[in-house]
Amino acid sequence: MKSVNAVVIGAGAGGGIVAKELATAGLSVVVFERGKWYTAHDCRKDDLRNQRTTVLGNAFGPDDDGNPRVLIDGKGNARQMLPSEGGYQNNAACVGGGTLSYGAQAWRYMPQDFRMRSTYGAPEGSSLEDWPISYDELEPFYEKAEYEIGISGDYSGTPFKGPRKRDLPMPPLPPNREFGILEPAAKRLGLHPFHLPMARNSVPYNGRGPCMRCRWCCGFACEVDAKNGSQNTVLPVALSTGNCELRTESMVTQILTDDRGRARGVSFIDSRGNQQEQLADIVVVSACAIESARLLLNSKSHLFPNGLGNRYDQVGRHLQGHHYTGATGYFDFETYDDVGPGASIAVTDYNHGTPGLHGGGMLANEFIRLPIHMIDRLPPGTPKWGLAHKQAMRQWHKRSIVIMGPTQQIPTATARVTVDPQVRDKWGIPVARIQGNVHPHTYDIGAVQAGRAEAWLKEAGAIHTVAMAGRPDSVSAGQHQAGTCRMGDDPRGSVVNKFCQVHDVDNLFVIDGSVHVTNGGFNPVLTIMAVAYHASDALVRNWKGTRFRS
Amino acid sequence: MLNRREVLLAGAAASAALVSGCHSRGSHWLVLTDAEAHTLSALCDQIIPADEWPSASEAGVVTFIDRQLTGPYRRHRKTYRHGLEDIGNMALSRFGVELARASCAQQLQIAQAIEQQNPAFFELVRRHTLQGYYGSPRHGGNKDAVSWRMLGLAEPPLRGRAQYDFTAGPKA
Repeated sequence: MKSVNAVVIGAGAGGGIVAKELATAGLSVVVFERGKWYTAHDCRKDDLRNQRTTVLGNAFGPDDDGNPRVLIDGKGNARQMLPSEGGYQNNAACVGGGTLSYGAQAWRYMPQDFRMRSTYGAPEGSSLEDWPISYDELEPFYEKAEYEIGISGDYSGTPFKGPRKRDLPMPPLPPNREFGILEPAAKRLGLHPFHLPMARNSVPYNGRGPCMRCRWCCGFACEVDAKNGSQNTVLPVALSTGNCELRTESMVTQILTDDRGRARGVSFIDSRGNQQEQLADIVVVSACAIESARLLLNSKSHLFPNGLGNRYDQVGRHLQGHHYTGATGYFDFETYDDVGPGASIAVTDYNHGTPGLHGGGMLANEFIRLPIHMIDRLPPGTPKWGLAHKQAMRQWHKRSIVIMGPTQQIPTATARVTVDPQVRDKWGIPVARIQGNVHPHTYDIGAVQAGRAEAWLKEAGAIHTVAMAGRPDSVSAGQHQAGTCRMGDDPRGSVVNKFCQVHDVDNLFVIDGSVHVTNGGFNPVLTIMAVAYHASDALVRNWKGTRFRS
Repeated sequence: MLNRREVLLAGAAASAALVSGCHSRGSHWLVLTDAEAHTLSALCDQIIPADEWPSASEAGVVTFIDRQLTGPYRRHRKTYRHGLEDIGNMALSRFGVELARASCAQQLQIAQAIEQQNPAFFELVRRHTLQGYYGSPRHGGNKDAVSWRMLGLAEPPLRGRAQYDFTAGPKA
């Protein structure tokens, strides 16, 4: 098989951008994706089988057959998990990765989010750190992501944001009914509500039309392709250069290294089940936090007996996602107008600056509610079944609002990914083993956030509110998974440098949410994209003709 | 499309057919036996009873569960088999009849007893019943999107933003 300049493993938020940047700079690129390439025709609008409600399986991978993981629970018991079970911490396995079916909130982190340790100090038992990169360094790449992927929204209502040079490329969607109810209430509370940013066309953009406001949004592929992700933006550009090949249903089993300890390519199993090798000058791992760590840990050799990038036992640690907290409010008037995407209004007043708390989080109204989401979200005291439950569904489905948001997670070194010594997947590769807990201070922040959501709902006229702020005895990762190959200047406390280059293998990169040192109080995807543009920029600048030199 | 009354009548006819044992010669269930389907139908109809809108079984929930037992829920087959057998025996020993032939009040008593004695099984059936009733019609439940229409959602759903009035604002 012909050697290429770069192999990119994973066609999601990070990998798509790397492929596009390298291919347009003239490098030959092969992108490996273990999943399939779905299109808008695969939307299916299936309330029971999508990427969010998975009771009948994941619509966009992985399949329940042959893709287990092992979860170590709070008591130390190991349990095999199916991809459709919550404990699996799934994101997706398909071209586009999570960006095919996400809700598509496209947030910039705030400047403080990159300096959490300097701003707050590290709580005991945590591994809270600063990023080696600042908001200002990343700002041009946030902007690039906003324009190339296509983001709509309007930040003008809030002073709580990082400085920006250009407005978003698209205006927000017209407000839905919840926006109309929540905006004046937030203002009465002295907050600064605004139209939240989304990777969704509000007007024709990038050759595709705008959102048609349907009910099947977060968790689904967009029926009219108005939602913007790797699969309909950067990957088609990469492929159109003629320099990029996308190999779907191909699973990379190991990164290969030479005698000098440099990466020389990957071994993979193609869509027909044949084991093959693809040699390359550069290897970029963009497989999402859990799978990227798993691949590095599974890439063992005599020079790297503990896996690649793992000389100081850092790969897989600091696993984090988001602890979601908020509240449901019940109203005596109709709040639901059946207009997607639903999530429309946010406040960032609470992200930083609360005395006693190491951060906070964004609060926004939730994505449009499908009936299935309501069955266990009825007011407390409602019987769980019987006529009263049925009547309550009729009473409350259109008379409730959910406000919630991702609480800034305090990372720990003990929340981690390793590889399981026994369990293997259908390709025979050792699977990810997930263990550890969320740092308890995260729950303290979450409880305060839930109270704030309740106050906002009450101000908006809710006759009853219920807080959502648990203290689950488990790890948090899922669709917002991050942190397992954190970036840093010190090789003993991190896996990659600020350009996503693995410390001791100069032609190996990790470019995805794995490198996040902390995960902000926001949905992480736009930061993954900005980091990918930033790292690709450095990679292309350092590319010397036919060989990579750092 | 059937109107609501026709749906109700069709559902009632189907239920009557079940109880009368019309299907014993060649069962149309994929996994369940006729007896299991009768018992499950009675249990599901306690979880979502009929009022002016159809009950769980009238909306196709038993079909939904039966179908899923061939696919994503095949791992629950044994649980259903044993759970339904226990319910059948409980009805026989308490009331001397199969659950499907017991009175509505007796069926409710059995459902409450199962919720106490075998909470894991009851919760499984409860979840699957609600999924079938409120989920996508494509899986056999929520026949004619009856639950969505019950909640006042447009069916067929609105398509295209020109259909929405964004100037209406909230009802105060």
